Amino acid sequence: MAIVVDKSHRWRVVAAHAFLIALTLAVLFPFLMILSISLRPGNFSTGSIIPETISWEHWRFALGLPYQAPDGRLVTPDLPVLRWLWNSVKVAAMSAVIAIALSTTAAYAFARMKFVGKKAALTGLMLMQMFPAVLALVALYAIFDRIGSVFPSFGIDSHAALLLAYSGGIALHVWTIKGYYETIPVEIEEAAKVDGATPWQAFRLVLLPMALPILMVVFLLAFINAIIEYPVASVLLHQQDQLTLAVGSKMFLYEQKYLWGDFAASAILSGLPITLVFVLAQKWMVSGLTAGGIKG
Amino acid sequence: MNPNRPLQRYGGPALLLLFAAASLYLVTAVYAAGQTLLASIVLLIVALALWIYSSARTYAFRYLFPGIAAALAFVVFPMLYTMDIGFTNYSSKNLLDFPRATQYFLDETSRAEGATYAFTVHPDGRQYRLRFEQADSAKAYLSEPLALAKETPLTIKPEPAENVKIALADPVPLKELIALQPRLKALSVEMPDGHLRMTGLREFAPVQPLYEKQPDGALKNRETGALIKPNFKTGFYETAAGERLQPGFQVGIGLENYKRVFTDPKFSQPFARIFGWTVGFAALSMFLTAALGMLLAVLFNWDSLRFKTAYRTLLFLPYAVPGFISILVFKGLFNNNFGEINLILDALFGIKPAWFSDPLLAKSMLLIVNTWLGYPYMMLVCMGLLKSIPADLYEASAVAGAGPLTNFFRITLPLLIKPLTPLLIACFAFNFNNFVLISLLTAGHPDFLDTTAPAGTTDLLVSYTYRIAFQDSGQNYGLAASISTVIFVMVAVISLVQMRFTRIAEEEKR
Repeated sequence: MAIVVDKSHRWRVVAAHAFLIALTLAVLFPFLMILSISLRPGNFSTGSIIPETISWEHWRFALGLPYQAPDGRLVTPDLPVLRWLWNSVKVAAMSAVIAIALSTTAAYAFARMKFVGKKAALTGLMLMQMFPAVLALVALYAIFDRIGSVFPSFGIDSHAALLLAYSGGIALHVWTIKGYYETIPVEIEEAAKVDGATPWQAFRLVLLPMALPILMVVFLLAFINAIIEYPVASVLLHQQDQLTLAVGSKMFLYEQKYLWGDFAASAILSGLPITLVFVLAQKWMVSGLTAGGIKG
Repeated sequence: MNPNRPLQRYGGPALLLLFAAASLYLVTAVYAAGQTLLASIVLLIVALALWIYSSARTYAFRYLFPGIAAALAFVVFPMLYTMDIGFTNYSSKNLLDFPRATQYFLDETSRAEGATYAFTVHPDGRQYRLRFEQADSAKAYLSEPLALAKETPLTIKPEPAENVKIALADPVPLKELIALQPRLKALSVEMPDGHLRMTGLREFAPVQPLYEKQPDGALKNRETGALIKPNFKTGFYETAAGERLQPGFQVGIGLENYKRVFTDPKFSQPFARIFGWTVGFAALSMFLTAALGMLLAVLFNWDSLRFKTAYRTLLFLPYAVPGFISILVFKGLFNNNFGEINLILDALFGIKPAWFSDPLLAKSMLLIVNTWLGYPYMMLVCMGLLKSIPADLYEASAVAGAGPLTNFFRITLPLLIKPLTPLLIACFAFNFNNFVLISLLTAGHPDFLDTTAPAGTTDLLVSYTYRIAFQDSGQNYGLAASISTVIFVMVAVISLVQMRFTRIAEEEKR
């Protein structure tokens, strides 16, 4: 655009590149370091970014395979990383399904029906999500402790308790889906109703298939939210086998038991798929939301 | 149009009836287990559900009910319940409710008059028989075969040994006996001359309840004759001399927790300091992430810069990696002795900063990590907002001979800040309650050295509540809940401010 290039302009470009390269290196440093550490032998080893000797012991640890320690012993990993990853994926997938089921129906009523207190309910939902669950941890613990004394499978240390606790956080999803429904012309459903469809059939067979892109987005968002959730899971889950990844991961870095290398391998193993899902969700979100567009 | 009409016609009501029956069973089970509050909540939800799904007038609510009920039960109710707990003395010392605490005292036993019995356990197939023998009279009794699989209380009535004609196997060895001990302790044995409980590894002896309930609610100790009375102000059974007996029970204590937070120096002093750091941390995090994000967005908006996509993709990465993993990675990298950051600093400058034991360094570390985690979001938002600034403004300023700094402070920043303000406040609110970062990176440490109650220099209000409730000694849920309530109020104020600015930003747009 600017045709006349003055002297200061060129070195400004150079300075900008220098700054961006330095920043990129600083941002990437942890990622490169963790990859290098996961391949170094031992949990306290130091060295250059490219390890001199490559050892797969930490990766074997992360995968739950026994490995040979430097002193020749055969060590069986004592932290069930894959189990935690499975727990996380299981809880996150189920919680995303619940979130979809609860929020698509509620959003349908908000977008297409008239009823008393609609505006108040919508505002209430908006207000609700401003208060994070971390403020109600004491009550959540007390509630599930009580439930557990009657139904142990829904009490502390059960994944069902975690699913219930997550099921309430649908406010944002309801708003997002409602916004998308409102971009779909109501005439299509009305035509179906003229043909004799009940409101449920119009919703289930006409509206939902058209809303598929936003459902995918919401599913992935709910999935990621659940998989990275830490506070509630840390209060509700205690037994090592029941932990989710977010809670279990911190057991690597205790002062008394410092499993730095093992953590590095487990972090890559579990972080990579989650990161890929997130990037995917971002891509879909951009296309899904621009196709529908959220309106407040 | 639908071939299976009867299913449509009767399927719904049948399902509803089934649901009603199942939930009534559920409510009864909960009520029978002594959870009256939980039972009434479930009953309320079930009644509401039945009404909504049976009445034609509430059709819209059929779609709303599951979602709204979940939100009410697991978001709104826990918040209200937190506020409620804030007015009680609920803690590890006062864990039980009053009837259960009373039952605990009534279940205590003491050794009663009467003969003791030596016992042996004999395997009988997969089950066990117990043989009791009175030491003085050599009278022996034999029990039924017992599974002894669970620690459930069970009363047994052994018969005189001469009436049972079977050959007994050898008694189990001591090791197995010790393993069986908890299950044997749950047994209550009825003999002609009294009730027996297990009192040692080899003997059962008659016992009696230690306390006897008096009509006025006090409990009388049978051995000493002393009375203990429940005190509903302190939540303990107390002796005449005022000595408190464990376990205590939950009682409402009014504003006592709030008084402690604001006036008792033991708690008010750390509270004030932690509040100061919480606000400072949230404000600085907001400022640093916004500054870096905005700078990057402006750079990426600059036509002369090449390789923008590559930079943008790489600089977006911290946003895509799960937070708990990045935070723990930093925890390792910043480690005082083996952390790679200190190794590099040591090699370059010969210094090894104590990131985790020096308060100021710990705070800087938190801000560095939080900026790393938070700037990509701000970058994305600012890039979006920059697109809406018309290019002719810059052309005009170029004609007037303005430099890039003038452009930024006179055109870009003023135009960005209005729509950005609600997001900045949201960022402030998020960091105000950034429990995950603190909990995983420093856990609030290093602690203040001059406070009596444990409190950390890097604790935020939320992580401080978590410590009071779930860590350290005491597990004081009531106190933690009262501080949570204070945080609720603060978050509400922040949200109000945010909504105001959102409205202003939206009106500007029109």
